[in-house]
Amino acid sequence: MSDLSQLQPGTHAVICGIDADESLFQRLAALGFRIGKKIEVIRRASFNGPLHVRIGTTDIILRITEARRIQISQQ
Amino acid sequence: MKRIALLGMPNTGKSTFFNRVSGASARVGNWPGITVDLMAAKLLLGGHIVEIIDLPGIYDLHGFSDDESVVRHFLENNDVDLAVIVLNGSQIDRQLSLALQVKALGLPCILLLNMSDEAKKSGITFNLPGMQQQLQMPVMQISAKHGNGCPEALKEAARHLAEQHPSPAEIREQLKNDDTIENQMEAIVKSTVHYPAQLDDLVTSRIDRVLLHPWFGLPLFFAAMYLLFQLIFTLGTPLQEGIAWALDLFRADVLEPLLQHAPSWFSGLMLDGIYNGIGTVAAFIPIIVLFFLVMTMVEDSGYLSRAAFLVDALMAKMGLDGRGFVMMLMGFGCNVPALMGTRVMRSRNMRLLTMLVIPLSLCSARLQVFLFMTATLFTPKQAPLVLFSLYMVSFATIFLTAIIYKGRYSSTEPFILELPPYRFPTPRQIWLRGWQEVRHFLTRASKFIIIGVLLVWALTNFPSDVPAASAGTIAGMIGTWLAPVLNPVGIDGQLAIALIFGFVAKEIVVGALAVIYGLQGDALMQVMATKLDWVQGMSFMLFTLIYTPCLSTIATLKNESKSIGFMMLSLLWSLGLAWVVSFVFYQTARALGY
Ligand SMILES: Nc1nc2c(ncn2[C@@H]2O[C@H](COP(=O)(O)OP(=O)(O)OP(=O)(O)O)[C@@H](O)[C@H]2O)c(=O)[nH]1
Ligand SMILES: [Mg+2]
Repeated sequence: MSDLSQLQPGTHAVICGIDADESLFQRLAALGFRIGKKIEVIRRASFNGPLHVRIGTTDIILRITEARRIQISQQ
Repeated sequence: MKRIALLGMPNTGKSTFFNRVSGASARVGNWPGITVDLMAAKLLLGGHIVEIIDLPGIYDLHGFSDDESVVRHFLENNDVDLAVIVLNGSQIDRQLSLALQVKALGLPCILLLNMSDEAKKSGITFNLPGMQQQLQMPVMQISAKHGNGCPEALKEAARHLAEQHPSPAEIREQLKNDDTIENQMEAIVKSTVHYPAQLDDLVTSRIDRVLLHPWFGLPLFFAAMYLLFQLIFTLGTPLQEGIAWALDLFRADVLEPLLQHAPSWFSGLMLDGIYNGIGTVAAFIPIIVLFFLVMTMVEDSGYLSRAAFLVDALMAKMGLDGRGFVMMLMGFGCNVPALMGTRVMRSRNMRLLTMLVIPLSLCSARLQVFLFMTATLFTPKQAPLVLFSLYMVSFATIFLTAIIYKGRYSSTEPFILELPPYRFPTPRQIWLRGWQEVRHFLTRASKFIIIGVLLVWALTNFPSDVPAASAGTIAGMIGTWLAPVLNPVGIDGQLAIALIFGFVAKEIVVGALAVIYGLQGDALMQVMATKLDWVQGMSFMLFTLIYTPCLSTIATLKNESKSIGFMMLSLLWSLGLAWVVSFVFYQTARALGY
């Protein structure tokens, strides 16, 4: 098992765990981060900037610190 | 009176719907978190006057940010007869949770799947009757932007206004209980929404590939800013000159003959006071309107979220994040809404740090002063470059401030932001916004400029036994009194008076100069050019750029931070920084022989 920050642009995986406190967890859930959902990394910003990911029809950007909290499995 | 509340996640088109059905002009933009406060309007529905409330977008009813607590506070304290839930139809797979939460409160609701145009384009279809049955509430597809389905939605709303609804106290109780809604949501979406196999929004993806390119993204951002700026300048300057010319003509051919026989103090007050002051300011209206038209297009395009993506790494080094950068860009229009926009941040420290830097954004009111000063002191070729360099100074002071204060306001605020698809505003949206800004400008003009101009006139004309604006007038005395502080930065007594009034609102500065010199338009520029050299002018502009933008900004700072100490910090810091920057510039330039 790895976390979202390790996923390469252009590849996808399935979310299998979210490690966040209550308020962050709720925000992530509202944006579509739910266990079992397919997630794709579209691109990474330069200088270790945020990740651009896609879940279903929603595009989201998030920092690497937040991406580390999301566990994924790549089949 | 019956009350309808618009609820939904951020950026789903609540304000667009609100504007469409009520004719109001709430601010709309392709950025989650444009609305951060309540806005109410009245409309006639089924023979009754109904109040409709536009609320900030919320991710869930238990959210912790300040804009979300606005909604929660509203629901806990006001009777709501009907909740109209607006969600982006294409994103129903995640947004339905909010509808289920609202329903669980026991509020009568109807559900509007907005942006039917976009859903149709990407081939997403809904089984509305099925969804209606499973949700136990009316569900309709609309496009708030283009108007499809909106009248029907209102009719449906009218039908549900008489239903039993829970009291605010009951809602307060309900909000305490948490519930798990996810499974229900998934089941409903699975059985009633059909997504095509291929979901990529090709246009958006293609544009993003260029604009978010790892190497070209940032240079493209700056190039785009420079081009927009050039566009405003190239289109706006002739318009501005045209108006100034017309106003001059009006004075010479109509007003002066008309006031020929009036007492000289009266014609002086009218012509050299009010008319000069207002006329000089009015000439900037076209540029300001153009500026806001461009801002509207940028805000509505969805590019702001992309800018946040591009600069976040850089901003993180300064203790800020990409959203803070977007607020600075919005601050280029007006600092007040930008300060309020920081409500989307949940960490207080992050909010305070962002609020500390926003007043340093070169807002449109300061732009006016700079347009005037650069036209006065520089050649038409140099002027735009000087102006652009002032924008760069604005960024530099922002970064400097953030770096200095990031230790004091450190935070671990998570940074997660939606990237909406690219959208283009309709002519109606552009027109609405442009008109609103003109109105805003005119209200401020009538409120501040007239009073300010009158006061300046009084200061420069009393006592009346000495020549106007000379050292013997009240203004002259204030100037002499401030000389020890302002001489080292090259600001003379006359400019000092303009600066004092600029503290109230920057719109007054140019008007005040017109009154102080008793001239307007070209004549004013010519006289000022002989009295000031470019080093003094530049020092004055730097000071104007950095010290406190206006009283409204200060009031907003206090309201949003709920701390007088913080407001004072911002005031003193910007005043001190303004002086130091002007001092360093002025003395260096002089030492170099300019
Ligand atoms: N294509 C399309 N775009 C829409 C529609 N309705 C709104 N928009 C766009 O969606 C964006 C967001 O609209 P707003 O009305 O500001 O959304 P909001 O829900 O008030 O957003 P917040 O105030 O941030 O919560 C704007 O760019 C609108 O022009 C629609 O029916 N179709
Ligand atoms: Mg809104």
